[in-house]
Amino acid sequence: MKTLDELILPHDLRYTRDHEWARVEGDLVRVGITDYAQDQLGDVVYVELPEAGQTFARGEAFGTVESVKAVSELYLPVGGEIVEVNTGLSDAPQLVNEKPYDRGWMVVVRPSDPAEIGGLLDVEAYREHLRGIE
Amino acid sequence: MTARVGTTGLVFEEPPIWERSRPGRTGFSLPRRDVPEAALPPGLEGEAPDLPELTEADVVRHFTRLSQWNVSVDTTTYPLGSCTMKYNPRLHEAVVALEGLRAAHPLLPPALAQGPLRILWEAERFLAEITGMDAVSLQPAAGAQGELTGILVIRAFLARRGERRTKILVPDTAHGTNPASAALCGLRPVPVASGPDGVLEPAAVEAVMDEGVAGIMVTNPNTLGLFEENLKEVAEIVHAKGGLVYCDGANLNALMGVVRMGDLGVDAMHLNLHKTFSAPHGGGGPGSGPLCVRAPFEPFLPVPRIVERPDGSLDLDHGRPLSVGRVHAFYGNFGVIVRAWAYIRSMGAEGLRRASELAVLNANYVKERLKDVLHLPYDRPCLHECVFTDRNQTPRKVTALDMAKRLIDYGYHPPTIYFPLVVRGALMIEPTETESKADLDGLIEALRAIAAEAEAEPQVLHDAPVRAKRRRLDEAAAARSPCLTG
Repeated sequence: MKTLDELILPHDLRYTRDHEWARVEGDLVRVGITDYAQDQLGDVVYVELPEAGQTFARGEAFGTVESVKAVSELYLPVGGEIVEVNTGLSDAPQLVNEKPYDRGWMVVVRPSDPAEIGGLLDVEAYREHLRGIE
Repeated sequence: MTARVGTTGLVFEEPPIWERSRPGRTGFSLPRRDVPEAALPPGLEGEAPDLPELTEADVVRHFTRLSQWNVSVDTTTYPLGSCTMKYNPRLHEAVVALEGLRAAHPLLPPALAQGPLRILWEAERFLAEITGMDAVSLQPAAGAQGELTGILVIRAFLARRGERRTKILVPDTAHGTNPASAALCGLRPVPVASGPDGVLEPAAVEAVMDEGVAGIMVTNPNTLGLFEENLKEVAEIVHAKGGLVYCDGANLNALMGVVRMGDLGVDAMHLNLHKTFSAPHGGGGPGSGPLCVRAPFEPFLPVPRIVERPDGSLDLDHGRPLSVGRVHAFYGNFGVIVRAWAYIRSMGAEGLRRASELAVLNANYVKERLKDVLHLPYDRPCLHECVFTDRNQTPRKVTALDMAKRLIDYGYHPPTIYFPLVVRGALMIEPTETESKADLDGLIEALRAIAAEAEAEPQVLHDAPVRAKRRRLDEAAAARSPCLTG
């Protein structure tokens, strides 16, 4: 289990209190779970993702991630339409553990209200949130 | 500490049974054929199933060796929280093996099955008395099916009243099957957070309770091993808005003969005979999850119902127009019900109460003797189980999983870990009433030794188990690419 200092939390990402990250890529937002989330979950064995074209509200569950410890829901940081899904996770769910911010991404969203991005936590606020949990 | 329960010894290797197979081997001899050989009609020919060819000794050794690798309640303390792995008295096996029960065919007409029907009838009455409810269906095959049947009954009851409610309240300390059972019935689970004391707070229920809520599913005692002390008040809040109260009674082992859920406003609940009532529990079943309800819900219970005729004989009644239908073939898992009946008969009312008192005493003893080395998130009297966490050990990179695996080396079955989900890094210990003080002291000393190892030599815990037949298994690989054939 990593200590707070050992966690990798990139500065260019936005975060949620439920431990998802969001990366703005032009008009789109790429979404995954944080280093903290994957570390707490332990070895991920299955990721259930929606299909492209589905729409979800902000904070709505869009999938589940199953580890050797537990099954957890995934919550969308910003509402919108799913435009791309990381199909590679079905054969290699361990990417969520190994590369949570890179090849372990989960979905790409086209936000219905881009202003919602501003409501997400920056890295310092997320780190403060984690300190509160510890 | 005293000598370990687990020690080293000769452990036999044993291959999958197909690898023992040799063409032509057999465990019996058939008499010489005394009729002419005849070919099978073409339609009946096909590939033979892939069965191993073995002698009787091959089979006996194979399964005896496998059984020696097993850690079970017959060999050691089995403190698997939330599962109530109490000892299963051999008397029940003798009762269920009586020829009149063992040989009774489920298609016997009621007139020729009065004995088995009497046992089922009595079991229903006993369970109704223990829970303070009015009617019981023994059909559900296990706890989750009991929940499903219970919610089906509640839904049918509401439909009969002309109501169509769409939500169900589920506290975060309920069993994980609860929301799944409700969702299968078309109800949307609404989570309710427990309070700082680990129990449900009436205000939290009040805040989400409205006329669209069919009811609440409360696990009592809850998954933290705590008594839901506000249940009566919660039930009043739910009833006031026309909702119903379902109780997951899987943890009843803490409360037999002490609390009747019917007195607390519960409308329907299930029990787990394979936990509380001492029917064997390993290997995934069979289980039995009877559904107990208050009188207004009786017409909706599964068919057939066992009824007593005016002459005192028992019969099966299928004519129940409001019933939710069958949920199991025949009358449920009969053999499990007979064992539970034998348990209730041999323990008696006083004995059942005593069993619950000792289960609670044992859990509190373990809690008090370990809380200086294992972090106790809710430091208050518990019921039948106590929940620790790995928080004191995480600075040394030792997890709940490491400690659970190390306990195998000391000769004990690991506790439940990472459950309940509301506690991070949980170790959930349920000793049950069948463990003596000496047995509990052995378990406690082992866990204290493991906590000391976590400080001094954490690598020992990361490597554990080292003394078992198998070392640490790769659970992630097994889950990612399961091999489901022989």
